[in-house]
Amino acid sequence: MHLMYFTEQPMSAYDEQAGRDFGATALMFSNKHFDPVAGSRLYNNYIEQYMLAEEVGIDGIMLNEHHNAPFCMQAKANIFAAILAGMTKKVKIVMLGNPLPLAENPIRLAEELAMIDMISKGRLVSGFVRGGGQEQLATGVNPAFNRERFEEAHELITQAWTRTGPFRFEGTHYQHRVVNPWAVPLQKPYPRVWIPGVISKETIVWAAQQRYPYIALNTSIEQTKKIWELYDQVALQSGYVGGPENRGYLIQVHISDNEDKARENAKQFRWMQGEFTGLAHPVWSTPSGYGSPTNRRAFVEFAAGRAINPRGNTSFEQQVEDLRIIYGTPDQVVAKLKRILEQTRPGILALWGNDGRVSQEDSMTCVRLMGQEVFPAIREIAKSLDLKSPFESNAPVHLKYSTDLKPAKAAAAE
Amino acid sequence: MAVDWASSTIEAGGTKLHVKRAGRGRPVLVLHHETGTLDDLPFYDALAANHAVIVPHHPGYSRSERPDWMRSVRDIAVVYRGLLSELKIAKPALVGLGFGGWIAAEMATMAPADLSHLVLVGAMGIKPPMGDILDLAVTGYMDYARAAFHDQKAFDHVYGAEPSVDQLEMWDICREMSFRIAWKPYMYSQTLPHLLRTMRAPAMVVWGDDDKVVPISAGKRYLESLPDAHLEIVRSCGHAVDMEQPEALAKLVTNFIGRE
Repeated sequence: MHLMYFTEQPMSAYDEQAGRDFGATALMFSNKHFDPVAGSRLYNNYIEQYMLAEEVGIDGIMLNEHHNAPFCMQAKANIFAAILAGMTKKVKIVMLGNPLPLAENPIRLAEELAMIDMISKGRLVSGFVRGGGQEQLATGVNPAFNRERFEEAHELITQAWTRTGPFRFEGTHYQHRVVNPWAVPLQKPYPRVWIPGVISKETIVWAAQQRYPYIALNTSIEQTKKIWELYDQVALQSGYVGGPENRGYLIQVHISDNEDKARENAKQFRWMQGEFTGLAHPVWSTPSGYGSPTNRRAFVEFAAGRAINPRGNTSFEQQVEDLRIIYGTPDQVVAKLKRILEQTRPGILALWGNDGRVSQEDSMTCVRLMGQEVFPAIREIAKSLDLKSPFESNAPVHLKYSTDLKPAKAAAAE
Repeated sequence: MAVDWASSTIEAGGTKLHVKRAGRGRPVLVLHHETGTLDDLPFYDALAANHAVIVPHHPGYSRSERPDWMRSVRDIAVVYRGLLSELKIAKPALVGLGFGGWIAAEMATMAPADLSHLVLVGAMGIKPPMGDILDLAVTGYMDYARAAFHDQKAFDHVYGAEPSVDQLEMWDICREMSFRIAWKPYMYSQTLPHLLRTMRAPAMVVWGDDDKVVPISAGKRYLESLPDAHLEIVRSCGHAVDMEQPEALAKLVTNFIGRE
């Protein structure tokens, strides 16, 4: 089991009422509300949390990025990855991930990630994402080619990491006449790639076809099971059997030594879901051509205010009931996480510990209890359930490096 | 005024186009907005009373399927040049509505001698010297469609006060195609104003006096670029002059291109 700490790095120091008045705070909520003095303090708070995570024995620190939004201060995940590469010694730096379509020059990403891998002495996990709809608009990237750009940039980056240069890459969206980066990854054939996602079936299928672990982001147990059903089906078609090493799960968990305080802080998870601040305008989060054509009808109805969000919008109580938000003392949290582990069998688990306006003191307590009390118990449970991470099971980095592939029928018979 | 329209699928250089035709007289190619087009519009009927009107649905919009290979508005213009060859139509009048105006202007630059008249109505295609073209990507479906009208009752009359989910879905499909071919720079060409100087046919630039989609400064830039052009302003009218004041626009067009 690989156990990680995650925070969205909320930029909580802005006028809450201004956010409410504006509504959807992702993309267009004016940056006149961004206070760089508070920003400086918060960035350093997050570094402090990460350093404690390493100190208390957490396996990995999960990083991500968003643009133009108070709910996440990281505009470039590679910056924090580079900081952690230099400042930490043991933790895996797990990027979930770099939004590939936003890159106009994916070779720059390949270079940056290779540098992070070398500086960290091989501790990089290089996840890739499509980026949200707002991300495309915030960076001026065409949402209609999002998936094509994702797949093509992935191809270019992995070639840049594994092929001897110089070579030429003539793609549909990327053309590079000289690919020859003088920085290549330390890990061979290349750093592990994990793919996080929420609802897009196409991404689950693509990840399974690559044999990349898929990290389900805060989905309900039922949704998670459906994701693994699809993943495992594609895995069989691809000639291998899916297992815990292919499965990751991120869940919102706040830990405290006081249950009431844990509950109050856990309510901050609603922060980015629209209760305290609007998350997204539907047209900005799903620009035309970004989503799956099969969801088009449901999305336009939602966008026109005639239907509920197809992504769901449930109450705090319901999310606690569904185990999508967990809070409590270490014992209480472990008991609930055990149910999730038993039912969904992931080999990678990330706890999203703090959000919104949770104080630095309470965030640090959460990280400390996570590393010192919750994760040791989870490790024992994982052992008893035989939940091995990709590292423990020495899983191939990509399907093409597999040595155990079988025809689909034989794999299914196993 | 009952007009007998004939619909067909016509292939131009491998691209299948849904095309409607009606009327007799001088051929007039009418190019619709980036929001697609309804099957029937009073403006089309009014024009067909005096001219041989051809209304293709742009590839990727409304009833024409999407060619995945297209990357620019100029691609549509070339396909439409092919459509005219296919239909053996020489020297048509081109009437471009909004986004369709951009296509018409591109077509004009491709064969400056092969058109009789150019009519651009609230045309996109040129960077407005003042103000910006309304951004589809950050505007809701209804807000965007309504922004094309000065009088919201006119919108209700065309689309209904609560457009159907089919209509919303069609707007989304049209948006996706617009993004595929006109994303950056958004809804204009940096070279078009220069290329337009090759034009010899007379041009009429029409703008609603309350156009909230394309600033009228773009119309003025069109006037400067086109060697033989004049401007007509339609009062109390938004961007979609064809849908808001169909009779007035049809009259302007017929007076300009002449009856035959």
